[in-house]
Amino acid sequence: MKTFGGKVLFLDRSDINTDEIIPAKYLTEISKEALKTHMIEDLKLEGFNPFSKDVSDAGVIVTRANFGCGSSREHAPWAFEVNGINVVIASGFARIFRQNMFNCGMLAIEVTESVIDKLFEHKDPKTGIKIDFQNNKLMITSKKGKETFDYHISEFDKALVKAGGWVEFADARY
Amino acid sequence: MTMTLTEKIFKAHLKDEPFPGTKVLDIDVVMCHEITTPVAINDLIARGKDRVFDPEKIKAVIDHVTPAKDTETAQQGKILRDWARRHNIKDFFDIGKNGVCHAIFPEKGFIRPGYTVIMGDSHTCTHGAFGAFAAGVGTTDLEVGILKGVCAFREPKTICININGKLPEGVYAKDIILKIIKELTVKGATDCVIEFHGDIVKNMSMESRMTLCNMAIEAGGTSGVCMPDETTVDYLWPFISSEYKNKKAALEDFKKWKSDKGCEYMKVIDMDVTGMEPQVTFGYKPDEVKNISEMEGTPVDQIYIGSCTNGRLEDLRIAAQFLKGKKISPNIRGVVSPATPKIFREADAEGIIKIFMDAGFCVTNPTCGACLGMSNGVLAPGEVCASTTNRNFNGRMGKGGMVHLVSPAVAAVTALEGKITDPRKHMKKKFK
Repeated sequence: MKTFGGKVLFLDRSDINTDEIIPAKYLTEISKEALKTHMIEDLKLEGFNPFSKDVSDAGVIVTRANFGCGSSREHAPWAFEVNGINVVIASGFARIFRQNMFNCGMLAIEVTESVIDKLFEHKDPKTGIKIDFQNNKLMITSKKGKETFDYHISEFDKALVKAGGWVEFADARY
Repeated sequence: MTMTLTEKIFKAHLKDEPFPGTKVLDIDVVMCHEITTPVAINDLIARGKDRVFDPEKIKAVIDHVTPAKDTETAQQGKILRDWARRHNIKDFFDIGKNGVCHAIFPEKGFIRPGYTVIMGDSHTCTHGAFGAFAAGVGTTDLEVGILKGVCAFREPKTICININGKLPEGVYAKDIILKIIKELTVKGATDCVIEFHGDIVKNMSMESRMTLCNMAIEAGGTSGVCMPDETTVDYLWPFISSEYKNKKAALEDFKKWKSDKGCEYMKVIDMDVTGMEPQVTFGYKPDEVKNISEMEGTPVDQIYIGSCTNGRLEDLRIAAQFLKGKKISPNIRGVVSPATPKIFREADAEGIIKIFMDAGFCVTNPTCGACLGMSNGVLAPGEVCASTTNRNFNGRMGKGGMVHLVSPAVAAVTALEGKITDPRKHMKKKFK
């Protein structure tokens, strides 16, 4: 099974929508790879540079509430996937985005706001997160030190990740 | 046991419960458009599973960029078109017959009370106006829907909104839903269905109910839903008249798709629309909404009237009332896109297309184009559009552009004045 984790991109804002993650003008692309350079290029966030090394190095996103709201476009998780990001940790997700992540075999981990606050205390370009998928734990490592948090995802979402996605799961079962 | 409408639909369509809390439903209608479907089609081909579960239950349309604007969009259309032909999908709407998905599919009578509907489009919640469970999904859910006719959901909770009072003139379904989103916030209905009740909804046309349900997703809602009634029967009658001996029998049948008295709601909101003002969004989120009195005078560059929210005949009629015999401001570009060919024809027959053109509007073919900044009315950086669409996200109608979401009435008078204007001021002059 694939591993989950990497350097952390902290996006300190709630309600980041899928238009910001990948603008509609790129939805004419049929290949996922073509989305790579446009990920979060329209993100409205003070001082944020979508073309920085922090973005290109990231393997995990840590963000706030209602991440992925708006359009149903699965191009949003695909844009993350082709950039090597397969985990988003937030204090809440929009339903369609959350399902799209698990349907693609990626992780959308919902934790409390207080856990998100604690993760943000580690904010630094070198901060990393490792996911222990089997035991539902996330480990953050930064200059500040190491911390481990438990998380919960549904049995179904876990099964989707294990299967490699919803197509694989559904095809085997229905 | 009392149940909500959504609980009844889930029970009737339950195929599997692979884990507690996860319900896999049989899907009655899988709708497809050319933006989110081609990747699903290509993936099915790559997996050697280029099949469809039931060509009768699949509906497809090219609507987001049509006619194609470049090679990429032409390819997307071609993939969908070739696939529809290959699998004998008869309800496929190509150029000349195509319209905005959430306007054309109901217009064709494809949605019935009690149905389950999915589409790779977040505004699929529109179809809940017919008493259906209609949810937007991503491409993978769509792909499984196409192949197996199923989709998995967490059973949503229901928020009940009772809309009562006296709706002031110049205030419409769009204003009501904007005010509701302001109250719920953009995440207030996540994993919930929003049920719309009350006298105001009872007296609404199907078009207005679709406007309400259309924007449920902007509060995070899985589906909006209205209870089927006489209005639903009247709208669907041309498509169901052979199935029922009369409208009364149809109504009796439809009534099983209603929430029971005393059913369990997560939340009940009572809304009195008496004295309500037209509503306008200000920032970059659809819950950033103000009374128009706080927004009047805001200059705009473009007016857009159209989309799955407000591109139906009723909307064009409302706008035309204000535009008749007048010219839009010289500083304004006006774009109107009737949402389907049928709406276009009817608007033409009623003289509405002429009113728009005489006023100085550009009338485009039915398409989603400008709403999401793909074609037919994209904004330049720094430009502002008052739009009857559903999203005011940063860059939504073009990078660096700003959108104010408004009703067709506000859009029309704003076009005349060149700045955000209260339609009730024009009504006093015109209708007294």
